[in-house]
Amino acid sequence: MPSGVLVFGEATEDGQLAPVTGELLGAAKSLGGPVTCVLLGAGVEGLAQRCASLGADKVIVVDDPLLKEYQGDAYVLIGERICKEADPSVVLFGQTMTGRDLAPRLAARLDTAVAMDCVELSLDGDKLQATRPCYGGSARARYSINRTPQIATLRAKVYDPPAPDESRQAEVVKQSADVGEDAIRARVVSRRKEEVEGVRLEDAPVVVSGGRGLGGPEGFKPLEELAEVLGGAVGATRAVCDMGWYPVAAQVGLTGKVVTPDLYIAVGISGASQHMAGISQVKNIVAINKDAEANIFQAARFGIVGDWKEVVPAFMEKVRELKTG
Amino acid sequence: MPHIVCCVKQVPDPEAPASQFKVDEAAKKVLPIPGIQPVPSQFDTIAVEAALRIKDKVADTTITILTLGPDAYRDTVKHCLAMGADEGVHINDPALNEADHWATAEILAAAIKKLEPADLILCGRQAVDWDMGVVGSTLAEIMGLPIVTIAKDVQMEGGKVTVERVLLDGFETVEAPAPCVVTVSNELGDPRYPQLRQIMQAARKEVKGLTASDLGIDGAKNRVTLEALFVPETAVETEYIEADSLKEAGEKLAVRLREAKLI
Ligand SMILES: Cc1cc2nc3c(=O)[nH]c(=O)nc-3n(C[C@H](O)[C@H](O)[C@H](O)COP(=O)(O)OP(=O)(O)OC[C@H]3O[C@@H](n4cnc5c(N)ncnc54)[C@H](O)[C@@H]3O)c2cc1C
Ligand SMILES: Cc1cc2nc3c(=O)[nH]c(=O)nc-3n(C[C@H](O)[C@H](O)[C@H](O)COP(=O)(O)OP(=O)(O)OC[C@H]3O[C@@H](n4cnc5c(N)ncnc54)[C@H](O)[C@@H]3O)c2cc1C
Repeated sequence: MPSGVLVFGEATEDGQLAPVTGELLGAAKSLGGPVTCVLLGAGVEGLAQRCASLGADKVIVVDDPLLKEYQGDAYVLIGERICKEADPSVVLFGQTMTGRDLAPRLAARLDTAVAMDCVELSLDGDKLQATRPCYGGSARARYSINRTPQIATLRAKVYDPPAPDESRQAEVVKQSADVGEDAIRARVVSRRKEEVEGVRLEDAPVVVSGGRGLGGPEGFKPLEELAEVLGGAVGATRAVCDMGWYPVAAQVGLTGKVVTPDLYIAVGISGASQHMAGISQVKNIVAINKDAEANIFQAARFGIVGDWKEVVPAFMEKVRELKTG
Repeated sequence: MPHIVCCVKQVPDPEAPASQFKVDEAAKKVLPIPGIQPVPSQFDTIAVEAALRIKDKVADTTITILTLGPDAYRDTVKHCLAMGADEGVHINDPALNEADHWATAEILAAAIKKLEPADLILCGRQAVDWDMGVVGSTLAEIMGLPIVTIAKDVQMEGGKVTVERVLLDGFETVEAPAPCVVTVSNELGDPRYPQLRQIMQAARKEVKGLTASDLGIDGAKNRVTLEALFVPETAVETEYIEADSLKEAGEKLAVRLREAKLI
């Protein structure tokens, strides 16, 4: 009988446990039953105790230089082996670059199916109920999966990580990668990073985002200044990224990043459902838009109807004054 | 002669006003919006664009458009033919209409095996209706082929496919041997728009029909049950900041955010 929840944790590039791991462990805990956390990577062994403190009963670590960066063909083989041995009832991934790529492949290898980008998970008996946005966020669908393991990926910041309990212990199992060179068919030959200055969008407490209403790339200058004053980061809509007004790395939304700042200031953004999909967990949205009918106001806690060019400079001055005063 | 298969589907227009989006909760279906025509799923026409860019370089490339869906999907196939694709194949059978993503991939794989051997199979990164983003990967696994997801550039030369993938904070270059599956993202660029002459030519082109029995399958073998479909509650009480001038409104906003301890 398949039982328990198995989560695929992730590490950050600088060797910390990625926040998504805590969220996955939080979701696993809410489902109940024994929780296994899998860590694949290079230099991840030291993170096992952290997983234990966040609620893992067992941690399976595969620490190998080959796994330093995500490599689908290697990861899927190891994932398949681990899942077949552990025989979990539910397998969870984050809706991260890794989860997006790996979860559907693993589902096929395990002869089951997957629900992607879920915002709510529960159990009805031993049947997983996985709720996920679809139609660009306009609708929600609740799925169940007729096979095991029942696999789902979880949208960022939906579940809170459990409060860490350093005294918790977990059984830690080390496995070798055991993946032959010839198993790797799609090979990563190079990687380029787009450096973003200042605060990372995903971690920023404040995000100031701009859309087509800025009128051109130069419109982002005052937004960058505002973000700096507020200690935040700059985001953008797909419309402006597609036009080359701002780097793709700043795109917020369904096909961009999910952000969860305490404050999100949307300037010249209409609020298309696909954009809103990236800020669905944000409680405090400020909308500055000259069209009173714009959809963004539906989700905004504060709104100003008007030309941003008149609003933003005065707003910024006042913020400066309040911050220094 | 390189052969590329592009998997495309049709979706309700995602740019339609949000206020017109309605769901029949009992039937678990999205209602068509009166007067607004469905469109080819955006990422799928971008996949066709990727194929055409390869054909622009290697002229004897053949591009086959493959779709699974009801009668109306024919318009989407025609659109892709008008963009410059060579062949259209439409799997159209009521027995296959309610396929989930697994069954969709299984049916597409069965159809691809019936075609001329493919060197490259292109899909969109996700369908613009159900947004699952899994059919490409599932198809690759079923067919035992390498898969590269979320591409912004696809090149094919001498049995090797080179893909530039979009990462969250950059890009990576991946090489895979043909045949393989690649899913395409919007960073590739806009799909070309058909010229009138091409639309007329495409109108005359035959679209090959396939049924479940042609493929030797007896229905959609779903692995997922859709338990519910609904429109989420989103209503938020908005505090509109009003003042004699927008400048004053801006200042007032800062004060209100301070009071709410948000700055
Ligand atoms: C499958 C799919 C995935 C997508 N993924 C994403 C995604 O991840 N992220 C994303 O953002 N979009 C995404 N989109 C695109 C999305 O549908 C919208 O097209 C896009 O978000 C619109 O961007 P915008 O708000 O900048 O532009 P617009 O919709 O053009 O809105 C501009 C707004 O600016 C306002 N404005 C104009 N001038 C001024 C002024 N002077 N002062 C104040 N306001 C002004 C206008 O009233 C308008 O509301 C996706 C679309 C699809 C189909
Ligand atoms: C239980 C259940 C019942 C359903 N019933 C219906 C129904 O009655 N009618 C209906 O329209 N949908 C139905 N669906 C949705 C249907 O499964 C999806 O439309 C389909 O799987 C593609 O959406 P996706 O998000 O899974 O695709 P994704 O994985 O996001 O698609 C990725 C890519 O795969 C390719 N692709 C996907 N679907 C097709 C296709 N049909 N033809 C060619 N290429 C394709 C495209 O290149 C696409 O960009 C149902 C889903 C479930 C779970």
